[in-house]
Amino acid sequence: MSERKDITRRRVIKSGAAAAAAAGATPYFYTRAFADGHGYMNAPKGDSVTFGFNVPQTGAYADEGADELRAYEMAVEHINAGGGGMLDTFSSKELKGGVNGKTVKFVTGDTQTKSDAARASAKRMIENDGAIMITGGSSSGVAIAVQGLCQEAGVIFMAGLTHSNDTTGKDKRANGFRHFFNTEMTGAALGPVLNNNYGKDRKVYHLTADYTWGYSQEGSMIKYTQPYGWETVAAVKTPVGAGDFSQFITPVLSSGADTLILNHYGKDMVNSLTQAVQFGLRDKQVNGKDFTIVVPLYSRLMAQGAGENVKGIFGSTNWHWSLQDDGSKAFVKAFGTKYGFPPSQAAHTTYCQALLYADACQRAGTFKPSEVGAALEGFKFDGLGNGPTEYRADDHQCFKDVLVVKGKENPSSKFDVLEVVEVTPRAKVEYAASLLGGELGPYNNG
Amino acid sequence: MDAIFLQVLNGLDKGGAYALIALGLTLVFGTLGVVNFAHGALFMLGAFCAVALERMLSVSYERINPDKQDFLGNPLKEQISYLVDWLGADTAAFLQDYSVPLSILFAAIFMAIVGIVMERGLIKHFYKRPHADQILVTFGLAIVVQELVRHYFGANPIPQAAPDIVSGAANVGAWVGLGDNVIYPWWRLVYFLFSAAIIFGVFAFLQFTTFGMVVRAGMQDRETVGLLGINIEQKFTVVFGLAAVVAGVAGAMYTPVLPPDYHMGMDFLVLSFVVVVVGGMGSLGGAVLAGFLLGILQSFASMQAVQELIPGISQIIIYLVAVIVLLTLPRGLMGRKGVMED
Amino acid sequence: MEKNTALKDTILFVGFAAVVLCLPIILEPIGANYPDLLQKIAIFGIFAIGFNILFGLTGYLSFGHAAFIGVGSYMTLWSFKLLTMNVVPAIIFSVMLAGVFAYLIGYVSLRRSGIYFSILTLAFAQMCYSLAYSVLTPITNGETGLQTRAIRTNPETSLLDADLRVIDQAFGVQEVGVPTTNFFGMAMSGYTGFYFCAVLLIICFFIAQRLTRSNFGMMLKAIKSNQNRLNYTGIHTRPYLIAAFVISGMYAGLAGSLMAATDPIAGAERMQWTASGEVVLMTILGGVGTLVGPVLGAGLIKYAEQKVSSWNEGILENFFSFLPETLQHLMTNIGSLFVGEGWHTTLGLMFMIIVIFLPGGIMEGIQRIANIFKRKSGDNSKGASAPQPAE
Repeated sequence: MSERKDITRRRVIKSGAAAAAAAGATPYFYTRAFADGHGYMNAPKGDSVTFGFNVPQTGAYADEGADELRAYEMAVEHINAGGGGMLDTFSSKELKGGVNGKTVKFVTGDTQTKSDAARASAKRMIENDGAIMITGGSSSGVAIAVQGLCQEAGVIFMAGLTHSNDTTGKDKRANGFRHFFNTEMTGAALGPVLNNNYGKDRKVYHLTADYTWGYSQEGSMIKYTQPYGWETVAAVKTPVGAGDFSQFITPVLSSGADTLILNHYGKDMVNSLTQAVQFGLRDKQVNGKDFTIVVPLYSRLMAQGAGENVKGIFGSTNWHWSLQDDGSKAFVKAFGTKYGFPPSQAAHTTYCQALLYADACQRAGTFKPSEVGAALEGFKFDGLGNGPTEYRADDHQCFKDVLVVKGKENPSSKFDVLEVVEVTPRAKVEYAASLLGGELGPYNNG
Repeated sequence: MDAIFLQVLNGLDKGGAYALIALGLTLVFGTLGVVNFAHGALFMLGAFCAVALERMLSVSYERINPDKQDFLGNPLKEQISYLVDWLGADTAAFLQDYSVPLSILFAAIFMAIVGIVMERGLIKHFYKRPHADQILVTFGLAIVVQELVRHYFGANPIPQAAPDIVSGAANVGAWVGLGDNVIYPWWRLVYFLFSAAIIFGVFAFLQFTTFGMVVRAGMQDRETVGLLGINIEQKFTVVFGLAAVVAGVAGAMYTPVLPPDYHMGMDFLVLSFVVVVVGGMGSLGGAVLAGFLLGILQSFASMQAVQELIPGISQIIIYLVAVIVLLTLPRGLMGRKGVMED
Repeated sequence: MEKNTALKDTILFVGFAAVVLCLPIILEPIGANYPDLLQKIAIFGIFAIGFNILFGLTGYLSFGHAAFIGVGSYMTLWSFKLLTMNVVPAIIFSVMLAGVFAYLIGYVSLRRSGIYFSILTLAFAQMCYSLAYSVLTPITNGETGLQTRAIRTNPETSLLDADLRVIDQAFGVQEVGVPTTNFFGMAMSGYTGFYFCAVLLIICFFIAQRLTRSNFGMMLKAIKSNQNRLNYTGIHTRPYLIAAFVISGMYAGLAGSLMAATDPIAGAERMQWTASGEVVLMTILGGVGTLVGPVLGAGLIKYAEQKVSSWNEGILENFFSFLPETLQHLMTNIGSLFVGEGWHTTLGLMFMIIVIFLPGGIMEGIQRIANIFKRKSGDNSKGASAPQPAE
């Protein structure tokens, strides 16, 4: 009896597992999506289409999230109007009011900068509000989590501010696309500039945020400064949200290092930089050289939090409002007129993402993820503030010039924190897609 | 040697901050029997007093300067501070430079009012309620306060500069005969002295005044003190106000070290509870001792040699110490029997 | 009298089961009838019921239950990665492992009581969180979180980035891309996922109800009312406490496992103290010591987190569109303090109002309303008129 039962149970497992495998290619939204008769997830009915904006509205990145949301709202206005802002300078002229003849509407969600909360709000927008795509976010952990979800659900994910290599490396997905740059590009762009300004053969002390992005940033800084004889004295991991970094900074004093690289972002960056400056590191002389501090990834919004301390400190950024190309000027003008202050790089990248998605849908003539994706893959465009840019087909990563910036010595306003030192051309920061590993896998249309 | 000396300094500095927060928390525990989850929010409010004062000192009007342009290419609207008009540029600059130390006064007054209003309006109704209720209501209050601050000041940290005269680093090495590498920020030294002074002040107040005597008696045995015909209610209000003021000025003075943001209270909340419990519930001396102990241990655990020996130790040291202390000393370092064990 | 209680219990249980199973219909008017929120309500309901077994019955306030959620989630993911996408083994292993963790942490923490116990549990959970976020990255995949992947083709690839699934492979399951989790072929996402969680919630409710009524439950309540007296009469309370702690830890492990089963990702932030705090709030909000209260509290908080946070200014303006324009802007401005990005304010205010006016949580409110109706109808039959204290 028991043996027979066992056999049947196994059989059930086996057939069950096989059924699950069959379902694997077309997961759980299967029935709902195809019942609509359109063949893809949340195919728009009626005369409107809904975008899902998933940004941090609470927590440490709430201000960046608010700026992203402002940019999205403006992007929707411009798309529906068929012009305005960077839509006028965008090289593709397909968008002429609405997308595929439909008006764009949007819903919003709070990621809280937590993977669980971000996935939950993305799911709410997909399952409950009928969002055709998800975009936004202000950290890599969240971006990777939501990207995975969108792949499973069968909608396109246009990543917001995420700088980790993994988003379009190890964790890349067919349904996910990133406009923002990454730690690899930061390293490649910063290395030569640092060498030109500070000279060869320096001794470097790394303070690194103890999580994936931190490791990745530290790795690329070491990789791209080594050729200039920069030697790593120590690389110390610091707990995320440590607040007071003094216990990590004092050992730098006696380490013999003459350069401190802070692989921190957001609040950690503000605190560690402020405190490092207070410890007089910048006034020090070591090995006959002026002591220097480097912050690989800048955020202008956050840099304001460090006040005077950012002056003269090098870093990289995806975009800055002081750029003088037509696209940037048009964007700053539109944003500044509407909200009264210049946009941040988070606002810029999310605005671009919304525009790029809408344009791809228009060119594809549908919202079907696989066809929209095909329209984005290998898409070359210009006029969005970063010069000629390409969405590389191999990893869905945008390749464009990278800005090396430094803290401005004589700011003319509270927004005027950074100045662009060098625009590193795309060719210098490009790498082979295989370098970062990962598999895109097939598109999922839901 | 240099490194160890510096870590001791770091520990004292950190410990000062921990001790100040824990002091108010344990005072409220010990006398009022209230678990105040809004204590971190009080610390945060204090820090924003510094921000608010700085903003007030630079209240300004706009004057259009046709020679310069803003980021949109429109004529620049220059911000002219009223203070400059009233007091002249030098005095205004002086006041603005010293806005953080000045904010101690402002924070003390403001926090006293906040503390008294909070105790009279809310906390006093919770003396007899279970601790779970106290936790929930004060936690709710903390969230509301925090969100209000976010609404007005945004979520990003706001930098506060220390006065110019103490903005650099002191060559401590020269004073104690160590090398040139032993330097320490002036402001942190100031903060340490400040916290020592406040701690000393609070102890003196409790030790040498009649009021303090009653409060201490209340901490020992509240019921009997009440029976003696002493108006314990009024004393409670003052104690809560005192705790709020201590937390507030600690927050205001900490702003040059840690640019304040609306969430900083929550970040300190758990830590300060651990400090209080390690010190022993309701023990003022314990809170101070535990604050400095944990500060110093945290500093040492962050040293690279230690981290290589035990990976991840810097992340968990505080909690590890808490576990060890609580398992070996049932009521923390200096706790008394029967407090908060129900 | 005893018979009366048994009958009431049965009615409560059947009613509870019926309401849970009908949730997709009941919640439709407030726009909460989509799978993810329904799943979350059921899962956090399980978590809160389990938490209440410890806190509601014994009065021991644990601030570290999120650790078991995390343990359950990670274990579930590893079962998906190494064994099979079927959720059954994953759930069994997770509950067992959470039980082991709960035994270890409980054994140590229960040497102390009161706030010392709370801080000990908090300390253990925070250590788990910090280590999972950083040093244990080879097991937890750190900040990015553990996810299911395609089958490993190159033995060099780290197991974080590729899966084995030996059982599924032994049965020759063909996989395209990354497969979904299932219960013998039934997908664990969408409404089926909700019903799976709902059935488990009902079973968990039943077990908790039986436990509460059993001698064991009586003993736990006795510990809450006066532990010293029990000790003086020569009863060792610690084994009972440890048992309660382990049971509630296993509930949390189950909840964590279901979270990962319905949405295959496990991240360290699930273990942070705020997550532990959340379940405390759910329980108190709903009504400590009651059976239904914690589930209600869980539902309410999850609803606020998901829906109230989504009411942005555009939605508010539509809502107030019947007003004249100036008034509409004013109301929108006031409203946006409390919804959308201000949803935390609503949460905070809700905690305060409920605790101030309804110390026994929502269940006390319901009890009071019920009493008003009973008094009106003149029904003063015994048992019904005396409101049960909420704890």
